[in-house]
Amino acid sequence: MMQTKKKRNSNSALRGFFRNAKAVVGFSIFSLFVIIGIFAPLLAPYDPQSTNFAPSLGPSVAHFFGTTNTGQDIFSQFIWGTQTSLIVGVGSSLISTLIGFIIGVYAGYKGGTVDGILNTIMNVFLVMPGLALLILIESYLKSSTPLINGVIIAVTGWAWGARVFRSVAMSITNRDFIVAARLSGAKTWRIMFVEILPNMTSQIASNLIYACLGAILAESSLAYLGFESISSNSWGTILFWAQNGGAMLSGSWWWFVPPGIAIALVGTSLALMNFGIDQITNPRLRIHKKRKISKKNPALEPSGGM
Amino acid sequence: MRYFLNKLGFLLLTIWAALTLNFALPRLMPGNPALNMLAKFQGKMPPQALKAFELQFGFSNQPWPIQYINYLGSMLTGHFGFSYTYYPVHVSTIIAQSLPWTLGLLGISYLVSVVLGTVLGIFIAWRRGGVTDSITPIVSMTFQAIPQFWLAVVFVYFLAFSNNIFPMSHSYGNTEVPGLNWPFIRSVVYHGFLPFLVVFLTSVSGWIIGMRNNMMMTLGEDYVVFAEAKGVSPRRLIFNYAARNAILPQVTSMAIALTTIIGGQILIEQVFSYQGIGFQLTNAVTSEDYPLIQGMFLIVAVFGVVINFLVDILYGRLDPRIRRRGATS
Amino acid sequence: MSDRQPILELDHLSVGYQTSAGIVNAVNDVNLTIYKEEIVGLIGESGSGKSTMAYAIMRLLKGDALITNGTIRVMGKDVYAMNLKELRAFRWAQMAMVFQSAMSALNPVMTVQTQMVDTILAHKKGMTRLQAIERANQLLDIVRIDRKAMQSYPHELSGGMRQRVVIAIAIALNPGFVIMDEPTTALDVVVQRSILDQIKEIQKQEKFAVLFISHDFSLVAEMASRVAIMYAGRIIEMTPSQTLQLGERHHPYTEGLLRAIPHLSADNITIEGIPGSPPNLVNLPRGCAFHPRCPVAVDVCKDQRPKAIPSGNGHVECHLFEGEQEVQHG
Ligand SMILES: Nc1ncnc2c1ncn2[C@@H]1O[C@H](COP(=O)(O)OP(=O)(O)OP(=O)(O)O)[C@@H](O)[C@H]1O
Ligand SMILES: [Mg+2]
Repeated sequence: MMQTKKKRNSNSALRGFFRNAKAVVGFSIFSLFVIIGIFAPLLAPYDPQSTNFAPSLGPSVAHFFGTTNTGQDIFSQFIWGTQTSLIVGVGSSLISTLIGFIIGVYAGYKGGTVDGILNTIMNVFLVMPGLALLILIESYLKSSTPLINGVIIAVTGWAWGARVFRSVAMSITNRDFIVAARLSGAKTWRIMFVEILPNMTSQIASNLIYACLGAILAESSLAYLGFESISSNSWGTILFWAQNGGAMLSGSWWWFVPPGIAIALVGTSLALMNFGIDQITNPRLRIHKKRKISKKNPALEPSGGM
Repeated sequence: MRYFLNKLGFLLLTIWAALTLNFALPRLMPGNPALNMLAKFQGKMPPQALKAFELQFGFSNQPWPIQYINYLGSMLTGHFGFSYTYYPVHVSTIIAQSLPWTLGLLGISYLVSVVLGTVLGIFIAWRRGGVTDSITPIVSMTFQAIPQFWLAVVFVYFLAFSNNIFPMSHSYGNTEVPGLNWPFIRSVVYHGFLPFLVVFLTSVSGWIIGMRNNMMMTLGEDYVVFAEAKGVSPRRLIFNYAARNAILPQVTSMAIALTTIIGGQILIEQVFSYQGIGFQLTNAVTSEDYPLIQGMFLIVAVFGVVINFLVDILYGRLDPRIRRRGATS
Repeated sequence: MSDRQPILELDHLSVGYQTSAGIVNAVNDVNLTIYKEEIVGLIGESGSGKSTMAYAIMRLLKGDALITNGTIRVMGKDVYAMNLKELRAFRWAQMAMVFQSAMSALNPVMTVQTQMVDTILAHKKGMTRLQAIERANQLLDIVRIDRKAMQSYPHELSGGMRQRVVIAIAIALNPGFVIMDEPTTALDVVVQRSILDQIKEIQKQEKFAVLFISHDFSLVAEMASRVAIMYAGRIIEMTPSQTLQLGERHHPYTEGLLRAIPHLSADNITIEGIPGSPPNLVNLPRGCAFHPRCPVAVDVCKDQRPKAIPSGNGHVECHLFEGEQEVQHG
């Protein structure tokens, strides 16, 4: 009975998400980039590394985004870069959300000293300036790759999610169904993943979205600063080569403009999706102010009858 | 008071964590890359300085707990060692020279965006349902998703390089004499404007939305409705009753946003060659100047943690529930 | 009764909330008059529309709530005919309200004194700050709190003290009419008792009329002289409080409530003795709103809304009482 109730809730939440215009626009833009990423081998007209073309060409039909100062096709680099940046973004956000979930929920669920210690660690990670920490680590690593960077970003950035998960976990550990599960001898990890997890899907979704945005931005920053090996190809490395290849002096704006716009678009699409989630979980932002929104009156629930 | 001590304890703990990180990283990394540097230093440095350097980066036969204690000792007394690139200049000297620039630029752009954003947020919440109310979230999302350093590059290209409206780099013109004279101040403002604009544009709308949402939540609270019923004037209702409470989460966000803002600042300084901490840090990375990297990282961390501490104290002052009770969180 | 001066007059009042599912009819065609110095109780299940009615009277409905029909007069003045400036002067000076969630009615970041003085100065433009503080001190005396509490923040006071502060603020301007929306719900029984005694005492002194909203039958019967029973946004019965006991003849719903008294509490919305649940306020049943749950319903209940029928010293909206003559509401 519990099971069916949960399912119905998540179904209606999904429907709510797709009824929200902003969320749908965000989802569409993001999907478009995902498709570009998946079909990069088919979509990229040339080998992104080959230097076969005339240098510093402006945008044209042959080269949508022009060429670099060494004669590489920027459009092909962009398409492949999309794949890299999305893999880094999504992968890193999955890892950091998982770490954040385990630590945050464990702290919130256990409480007491365990919570005290974990929470302090969490706070230390929160106040440490992330990019400076990344730069410090990378300075010892020398040339890294986008994938390694994604992992490092996740390992240093999990605390944001953990903080949210911890507070949600704290607020539900004393609910009947958790207490019942504990009394019936369920293992801690089982309670965390089977009992608690379904109750924080919106926070998890929201965290995945923000972590993805954060990872894409962080990876591009690191790549821009030159921390990735020469053979890497992400949106950030395009910007790095543009900076170092004198894109500015030669007036090749087409070199550095597309990656930035792409990052901004992906970022906006993620934020739009998050906006949709917010609207579902926090009605006060939508309904113009009212004291009590949900009276626990089953007869009044819109979908109660169906 | 308990609250204050708690926060102070956390401040010290975090600084200790940053120090330990500095100590541990070169020792943990495979094939300690700082080794290269040691070779370059040989002969360039007096033996005494070399020894300090070895201690800092773990080329020493002492057991590491001893190294650790010596290391903490020298860091706490401000001995960050020499910069390799600028030898024989001390790292602490470079910090002293670049910190004011970072503080000034970051401080002003941060405060202006927070204050202006908060005020606009209150205004939009007051006029909720208007056109501005429906447009700002979208504009906000777009601007927040733009990578700051990329916007900086775009500005440099279009406003400084192609059109010469603003200078491309540095924090003041090379003909100016630093000091309290008008041409210098004017030059600093002129050079600082584009970096400021980047931070402002990418962050202000976040503050607007944040405050607007807090206001929406607060305006629905009973004490605001109660105050309205009591006959409190609309202005006092918005500012003293609603905004005064709605600003509390905003202060928390100020602390939370800080790490991101510092990260952005590092890159912005790099793009504009603005000689602050971030610029020195990225340069030090390029030239593999490890003592400088460590020193800069440390100062950035301390800087962030201290501001965070100040924000916490400010929060305590604004919220009587925390001020008197001295709660932990 | 006509020689008494009416303080509150509700005439065919209906209030709805616009929601995505349709209009929630929270208050339906309510007629109610409260006279000078009188305490009238209003009782009903959670969600029956009590607070909505109170907010409507205070003209504090927000956002998607709207008055769909009827008029509200307080001291003979139409509350919704005033402009905002008049309203601000009128409200609290003539009619005040103690909120259901009085605990959260105080601003957490302001001292008690500031919040009390704000109230007084908002209305008494000629008063100096010192005079206002003096008045605030008197008010604290009236509700029996130490004057030291003035400098406290709400979180430093106990629940009972906060409640008293809210009551002090409500009577600050000597209003002629005070709505008390479950003023003691969140308090423990002992504190509840002492606050109710105090409300009665103050009411005797200051002589304001009260609309006393509650879940608790025995409590309302004790406080009020007349009691209105609300079901699905309608006042289905109005009766002198002393008749509220088993054995007297009442609306079937009231009788059900009376049987359920021991089980009726603020959080407990399931009422034993009355099977079924309250109706969907978006789609009210035709006829008498109570008929699906009524043990004695007859055919006519299903398609005709009962009119107010005099019974004893009040009136009842129930077909079973038909045959007696109809009254003008009041
Ligand atoms: N903002 C709103 N939007 C939609 N429906 C609402 C809103 N506020 C209240 N309602 C509905 O209006 C009905 C009446 O609510 P109201 O708060 O007046 O009940 P009440 O009798 O005061 O209940 P309680 O005893 O729990 O205080 C309820 O069914 C409630 O669900
Ligand atoms: Mg109510």
